[in-house]
Amino acid sequence: MANFIDRRLNGKNKSTVNRQRFIRRYKSQIKKSVSEAISNRSVTDINSGENISIPKRDLNEPTFHQGNGGIKDRIHPGNDQFSTGDQIARPLKNKGQGDGQGDASNSGEGEDEFVFTLSKDEYLNLLFEDLALPNLEKNQLDKLIEFKTVRAGYCAEGVPANIDVVKSLQGSIARRIAMTSSKRKALAEAEQQLQELQQDAHDHIQAEIQLNKTIAQLKQKIANVPFIDTFDLKFRNYAKKPVPTSKAVMFCLMDVSGSMDQATKDIAKRFYILLYLFLTRTYKTIDVVYIRHHTQAKEVDEQEFFYSQETGGTIASSALELMIKIMHERYKTSDWNIYAAQASDGDNWADDSPYCQTLLTEQILPKARYFSYIEITQRSHQTLWQHYQKVAEMNPHFAMRHIQTVEDIYPVFRDLFKKNTSPIEA
Amino acid sequence: MVNKKPLSDLSEWTFELLTEYQTEIERIAQHYRLDTYPNQIEVITAEQMMDAYAGVGMPIGYNHWTFGKKFIHTEQHYKRGQMGLAYEIVINSNPCIAYLMEENTLTMQALVMAHACYGHNSFFKGNYLFKAWTDASSIIDYLVFAKNYIADCERKYGIDDVETTLDACHALMNHGVDRYKRPQKLSLDEELKRQKSREKYLQSQVNTLWRTLPEQNNQTNSDKCNFPAEPQENLLYFIEKNAPLLKPWQREIVRIVRKISQYFYPQKQTQVMNEGWACFWHYTILNHLYDEHLVSDKFMLEFLHNHTNVVAQPSYNSPYYSGINPYALGFNMFIDIKRICEQPTAEDRQWFPEIAGSNWLDTVHFAMANFKDESFISQYLSPKLIRDFKLFHIHDDEDNSYVDIAAIHNEAGYQKIRSTLSSQYNLSNLEANIQIINADINGDRSLTLRYTPQNNVPLADSMHEVIKHLYYLWQFEVKLVQDTDTEPNVVIARCPKAQSEVKST
Repeated sequence: MANFIDRRLNGKNKSTVNRQRFIRRYKSQIKKSVSEAISNRSVTDINSGENISIPKRDLNEPTFHQGNGGIKDRIHPGNDQFSTGDQIARPLKNKGQGDGQGDASNSGEGEDEFVFTLSKDEYLNLLFEDLALPNLEKNQLDKLIEFKTVRAGYCAEGVPANIDVVKSLQGSIARRIAMTSSKRKALAEAEQQLQELQQDAHDHIQAEIQLNKTIAQLKQKIANVPFIDTFDLKFRNYAKKPVPTSKAVMFCLMDVSGSMDQATKDIAKRFYILLYLFLTRTYKTIDVVYIRHHTQAKEVDEQEFFYSQETGGTIASSALELMIKIMHERYKTSDWNIYAAQASDGDNWADDSPYCQTLLTEQILPKARYFSYIEITQRSHQTLWQHYQKVAEMNPHFAMRHIQTVEDIYPVFRDLFKKNTSPIEA
Repeated sequence: MVNKKPLSDLSEWTFELLTEYQTEIERIAQHYRLDTYPNQIEVITAEQMMDAYAGVGMPIGYNHWTFGKKFIHTEQHYKRGQMGLAYEIVINSNPCIAYLMEENTLTMQALVMAHACYGHNSFFKGNYLFKAWTDASSIIDYLVFAKNYIADCERKYGIDDVETTLDACHALMNHGVDRYKRPQKLSLDEELKRQKSREKYLQSQVNTLWRTLPEQNNQTNSDKCNFPAEPQENLLYFIEKNAPLLKPWQREIVRIVRKISQYFYPQKQTQVMNEGWACFWHYTILNHLYDEHLVSDKFMLEFLHNHTNVVAQPSYNSPYYSGINPYALGFNMFIDIKRICEQPTAEDRQWFPEIAGSNWLDTVHFAMANFKDESFISQYLSPKLIRDFKLFHIHDDEDNSYVDIAAIHNEAGYQKIRSTLSSQYNLSNLEANIQIINADINGDRSLTLRYTPQNNVPLADSMHEVIKHLYYLWQFEVKLVQDTDTEPNVVIARCPKAQSEVKST
């Protein structure tokens, strides 16, 4: 006897948990892959998953087993040329002993990469994993609020423009039915009696007159019930509901003076990508404004922002000024959540730094959700850092960090957002 | 029989058609005295098959990253078209669960049913190794127990600790069997009943072992007794019973891995026989159906096409060659046994006086029930088969710059080839021979293991990693030693790296 069972409709993702375990286990390697992948992506390209590769030897599960060497005796099929006692030069190392024999491929390809695809969600989760998501939730409440009028049922009072005709007429019908039902019953009864009397062989003149009178009275009463009453009127009700804006603008400010080399720019780029990804978790529409500056600031597209060469001195305030101008023109604070990230190697014309401080504290920070400044340099800090430090002391939503190498980006980014949230909560 | 209507040979299968085929196949299987567990045939999709792959043949597995890795690996290869999936997977359980792929044609489903549900199934029930080492009726229950227990541990003690413990156990999984002792059978009721009390009992045993009483010290100083008294080859068992600092739940996990390893132990040793037996029977049963005119020529052609692919043996110089195909060797050996019984030649009478001319059905059943790959080959590999396969023997000595052809398929070579091939399937030659020789219970609690090389084959470099896993379980120094020509017990791996070693280098 055999039982047939159709399992095709059962869940097919029995291995989901194990897959997550795998990702969990190799998080550090996968993350490395993820962060390498970042530099190959556009800042705003976050809709695809990512191919991840891990060296196979890292995935190896070691067991005790025999290695190469010693004496090995193997049987192979298909002898076409050998006789007993033949001596053959040993095949090359990577082919293993003998010809092929199972383990040859294992040892030969041992250095292969294990490649697999992370889904978009897995990718983003890994990217943001260290950023303490609960904090991120709180951060969401911090969004700008705008009000939206929404329908909120019906009410008995209101302006004529808001009358809801259908609801009102429904009310009217209901009221009329309710007010006339007993009378209609009596009327039907009277008419019935009248008919019976008229069909009777005998005359009942008095009774008929009486009944006719009653019927007329009842009809009059029914007719007196008004077709529509103020009581029937229903007005559409509206309420104002607070909705957080789902729009954000992200200003990327970068120093492109001669002292910034491509490596430094790449570091900055990763930082911008992280910020962008972070914002996409919270906002529906995000504008990105790229402002590059040396002694003058200019709004540019992404390609130019990261890859075109510039030389010259540095006046950081020019970028801040341009940002303020763009904010005024295009991004009203009532509609937009403003984020800014500034990257620089710390070089600035010394006299300009106090001015930057003023611009930030007076014009930008009151309107911005968050302003982060990263300084990518191996040298000691200069005036811009010192003045920004003063800003940071006064403003909880201004954060600054020092990055030296690529490896610093993650911790710094995590740091920035952790630091950011706690004062706002308080 | 003759008046029966032929079975359908459409390519699309339906459950009605499957049932018809199954009924006929079962009738023939009984005719050939195949004794099986009841069959539970489950039809699954390709994705579910990949899930089954990832579970390494366990229908219910505990959660661990290695299964995720296997799944991703299978998925990637399958999606790129680098590999096809097996037509079936069969589980040694009672009832015997066989998974059939949805994509198979009706012919393939018939082949697979004959192969898995009657071939493998009867092997599981009849072979002595399976009888001794596994209990088909309790394996599913035990796997459920294991899965729940490990999930429970993850909740209580955190995923990380459980995962590390499992990693360590997996590294030693091949050393969880007493080869020369018969195991106790798995029984879920007993497991559950005993598990709680065992936790306490085991811990108390360990505590007794490690208790440092002064008088005990004095005693052992006077006469140095070794612990363990005999070298132990079952590393997992030794750890489970004696590791000083393992927590009770970790001991249970060690036990679970050990039990599962034990469950797979017979399968490792009967690959050739098991597949050969299954192929032999799908071939015999479906031909029997054809002889009864129950299946059409079209059916047979499709069947033979697939069958031939499965039992093909590429030559050593073919690009497709990857060792001896167990399906090919096993199938041809059973066919050959049948031939020797029915049409023995003079050579067969000389080599196999006992079976030449005997009842073939009795003989194959006897062979199936009482052998494993190693002994099966050394008993039944005939000179004719050696000639058919053109087998030759390569002797590879590291000290020489060349390899020798030690034997070929001729009169002088038959014996040699047969015994070499047999030892090629001998697990004790394949797996590293590592035994625990000393646990220093009265001193620094260090654990010493000895590797005894076979044919001077050294241990692979992975030993250093495995030793770390072992150290995680033992938690005191672990040494791996090997005897060399000049001096005994040379340390070849240790964890943690000893300070003296650091100094000396």
